[in-house]
Amino acid sequence: MDLFFEQFPVVFKALNIGFLQTLKLFFVTLVGALPLGLLISFGSRSKVKIISAVFKVFIWIIRGTPLMIQLLIIYYFPGLVFNNPIWGGNEEGRFTASAVAFIINYACYFSEIYRGGIQSIPAGQDEAGLVLGMTRSQIFFKVKLLQMIKRIVPPISNEVLTLVKDTSLARIIALQEIIWAGQSFMKGSQGISGVIWPLFFTGVYYLICNGLLTLLFGKLEKKLEFFR
Amino acid sequence: MSLLTASHICKSFEKTEVLKDISFNLNESNVLSIIGSSGSGKTTLLRCLNFLEKADKGRILVNDKVIFDAEDESYLKPAVLRKNRLHFGLVFQSFNLFPQYTALKNVMLARMLQAKNDPDYKLHKKEINEAIEAEAVALLSQMGLKDRMMNYPHQLSGGQCQRVAIARALALKPDILCFDEPTSALDPELTGEVLKVIRELAEQKATMIIVTHEMAFARDVSDEVMFMDNGYVLEQGPSAEIFENPKEERTKQFLSRFISGNL
Repeated sequence: MDLFFEQFPVVFKALNIGFLQTLKLFFVTLVGALPLGLLISFGSRSKVKIISAVFKVFIWIIRGTPLMIQLLIIYYFPGLVFNNPIWGGNEEGRFTASAVAFIINYACYFSEIYRGGIQSIPAGQDEAGLVLGMTRSQIFFKVKLLQMIKRIVPPISNEVLTLVKDTSLARIIALQEIIWAGQSFMKGSQGISGVIWPLFFTGVYYLICNGLLTLLFGKLEKKLEFFR
Repeated sequence: MSLLTASHICKSFEKTEVLKDISFNLNESNVLSIIGSSGSGKTTLLRCLNFLEKADKGRILVNDKVIFDAEDESYLKPAVLRKNRLHFGLVFQSFNLFPQYTALKNVMLARMLQAKNDPDYKLHKKEINEAIEAEAVALLSQMGLKDRMMNYPHQLSGGQCQRVAIARALALKPDILCFDEPTSALDPELTGEVLKVIRELAEQKATMIIVTHEMAFARDVSDEVMFMDNGYVLEQGPSAEIFENPKEERTKQFLSRFISGNL
């Protein structure tokens, strides 16, 4: 037990540093994927058949293959195939590669959620806007956007909670996120080795983070209850 | 002089001809009711007037000025359509209010968006918005909704929603106000309050086109009645004439249920 109390501050600090990287990847992915998803959803709804087909195939590939493979391909492909390791071998490079993979992957999932949200709004809303002389963009931003947001909060919150946990996949290209940090004490790090509890303890971080996010999304849903 | 002239309007969906060469005039301050069975093309005609559908053939004139010509590409540009459709207002069967705005904001929204294009909007923002709000308040009061202005659509009854929708259409001061079965989504108790509002508008000399299945109402409120069947205008004339002395066999047949039902 004494040993545990000796190790705890060291582990705690290392896990905090790892979790900071986890959070960074989480937020960068959200900031990139939420708007990119909207663009992809517009693309997949394009009236030009060839454009919508290209977007749909892209969404199919991204959603149809494991994010882990996408991470590996994005990180290693330029270096191994073109002999041009654009990401570099350091932590910063691994982070950028991870962020790119996560943003593309999550944007595709978000785009389908947006598409569902937009399509679920009755055509009468468009028509009412049109006969009132509004432009297409006014109708989207002033009439439909908030209705769409209200409808997509539950499925988006699902994806966001998944994203928190999915960031651990970046471990595969050795991004030093919290799982990596926890694991390091199994192999040996800072004079501690052969202990597995730090790895298990990382679960607490995810739990707390997703608990807070659940509360936040609940608040947002409440806030949008003023209309139906 | 007629305010509205529609000439030779044709419209097909895929291979189904829905409107087959429709022409009619409407004088200022007159009320035209369009009656006929479901699928006769009444609603499609209204939607063509409001450019929610683009007629395949035909022209639409307001005050002798062409606002739509199916043959002329220049009338089909989105910006031109947007400007010209403001001659018309449209009240939908299912209201189509914007759920996230109060009754008042529903009425004000389109005007506020328009006002932003005014050259002196930035200078007189406050006055302009106050004027728009004052007009919206007046319209909602006229509809008997003064104390429901701050309610959201889901807090209102169907009849109240439809009256908000009428105020919303009136806020843009259309030359011609169109109604697409305005009471079909309402239960009988709520129908009356909407019809009353439309009657009041007729008394104030609003020019209106009303697609309706409320025969007694159509007879009483209309100057002109048009009977449509299978995409054609089968018969058109003064209200009393159509209802009391229809010439066409099909019109008689359509009205028989209603007449025997003792108006």
